[in-house]
Amino acid sequence: MKEKKNLPIGGVITEGGTAHEYVTGGWRKLRPVLDKGRCTNCLICWVMCPDSAIIVEEGKMIGFDMEHCKGCGICAEECPDKVKAIKMEEEKD
Amino acid sequence: MAILVAKGQAGLTGNSAIAHAMKQINPDVYAAYPITPSTGIMEEFSSYVADGDVDTEFITVESEHSAMSACIGASASGARVMTATSSQGLALMWEMLYIASGMRLPIALINVNRALSAPINIHCDHSDSMGARDSGWIQVYSETVQEAYDNLFQAVRIAENEKVLLPVMVCLDGFITSHAIENISLIDDAEVREFIGEYRAKHSLLDTDHPVTYGAMTLPDSYMEFKHQQSEAIAGAKDVVSEIGREFGKKFGREYGLMEKYRLEDADAAIVILSSAAGTTKVAVDELRKAGKKVGILRPRLFRPFPFREIADALKNVKAIAVLDRADSMSGFGGPLFNEVRSALYELEKRPKVVSRIFGLGGRDYKVKDAIEVFDDLLKIAETGKVETVTKYITL
Repeated sequence: MKEKKNLPIGGVITEGGTAHEYVTGGWRKLRPVLDKGRCTNCLICWVMCPDSAIIVEEGKMIGFDMEHCKGCGICAEECPDKVKAIKMEEEKD
Repeated sequence: MAILVAKGQAGLTGNSAIAHAMKQINPDVYAAYPITPSTGIMEEFSSYVADGDVDTEFITVESEHSAMSACIGASASGARVMTATSSQGLALMWEMLYIASGMRLPIALINVNRALSAPINIHCDHSDSMGARDSGWIQVYSETVQEAYDNLFQAVRIAENEKVLLPVMVCLDGFITSHAIENISLIDDAEVREFIGEYRAKHSLLDTDHPVTYGAMTLPDSYMEFKHQQSEAIAGAKDVVSEIGREFGKKFGREYGLMEKYRLEDADAAIVILSSAAGTTKVAVDELRKAGKKVGILRPRLFRPFPFREIADALKNVKAIAVLDRADSMSGFGGPLFNEVRSALYELEKRPKVVSRIFGLGGRDYKVKDAIEVFDDLLKIAETGKVETVTKYITL
């Protein structure tokens, strides 16, 4: 979609698996910010994220997939009260 | 009606001629649902399928919505596809028409023009195809059986032209053209095959080695670019229609342009009219010409894309024009053809007077005397420069 002049006729997509290249993080108004010092790796955020945008490696929460995170804030809301390791901040634009 | 002649003259109804043209084209897929007055096309073509005269896969569906859906799927798979319908059938296809054109699928549709309900009516007017005028389909209107027959071969070429890649609707008047027998010249099967050539689609949904997606979602960042691309394609189709009409003329001796001008050269008054009613108007013109009245006709053949420059050029020296619509837009301001013709003339420095006359709805007869009355009115307007009634129903 970068070269608009060369868009395929009638919107035909001529190869498979192109959804991988479709970045939807641009919709975001708020961005999640992780305080790794407070995080207990309970992974409730990973369970609750509606867009699989929580990145987990070897059982540890290591950050967010910002190309797909829509900034809904569910992770920050669901992060347990005693922990509160995720804060939502305004995107700079 | 079986056809025993392969070449030369044959007396055929419009529906028989279309079915015969389809047999000669031998499309890969034909998906249709019967509806008066286009049923004859399906009926006769089904005999050709049953007799093994064609290789076509004939899909009998449960509605016209499904007919157009099947055409879209088949066309996306790379097949040469056709269908035929009328009136409510075309109306039921409505949402799918936009998908066919948006996906740039070169489907050919024969629309045998018939009035839309309510009140229910099976006879001719153009309210069905005029309802589809913004659907992105190319629309060609045929005056005679011969022209409808010839138009179908050209429609295949226009649709499949790589600069166009858009669906084409060939319109002919219900009963008047579809059911009346006319003596026409048939083209030899081999010559048809040579003229239409073989269709090779660039992509096919069934080609699993080269998988493609048709009809994917586009959001605000690209939808408009696709519509712009489509808009430019249909505008450009005008030249392709002209080229193919000329080529057809060279090969078969019957040349077709964007419009037909009949005794228009020095006319003070002109009627602009589509399809079969132009024939009746020609008789009126001949009579009035004998009496020394300078009258003529412009019959647009191509309505979508609308050749506004060429139409303005053809009418620029006429003093008074009546655009006769066999459909009402229910806008309170005349018929659809009137609005477009009048808009096309706006660019002229010296604009003719233009009035709208709605005629012949639901198969109401339009006679030579009706055309003469319109011309009498126009000649008065041409003389005085004054228009009494801009929009009016005639043949009431």
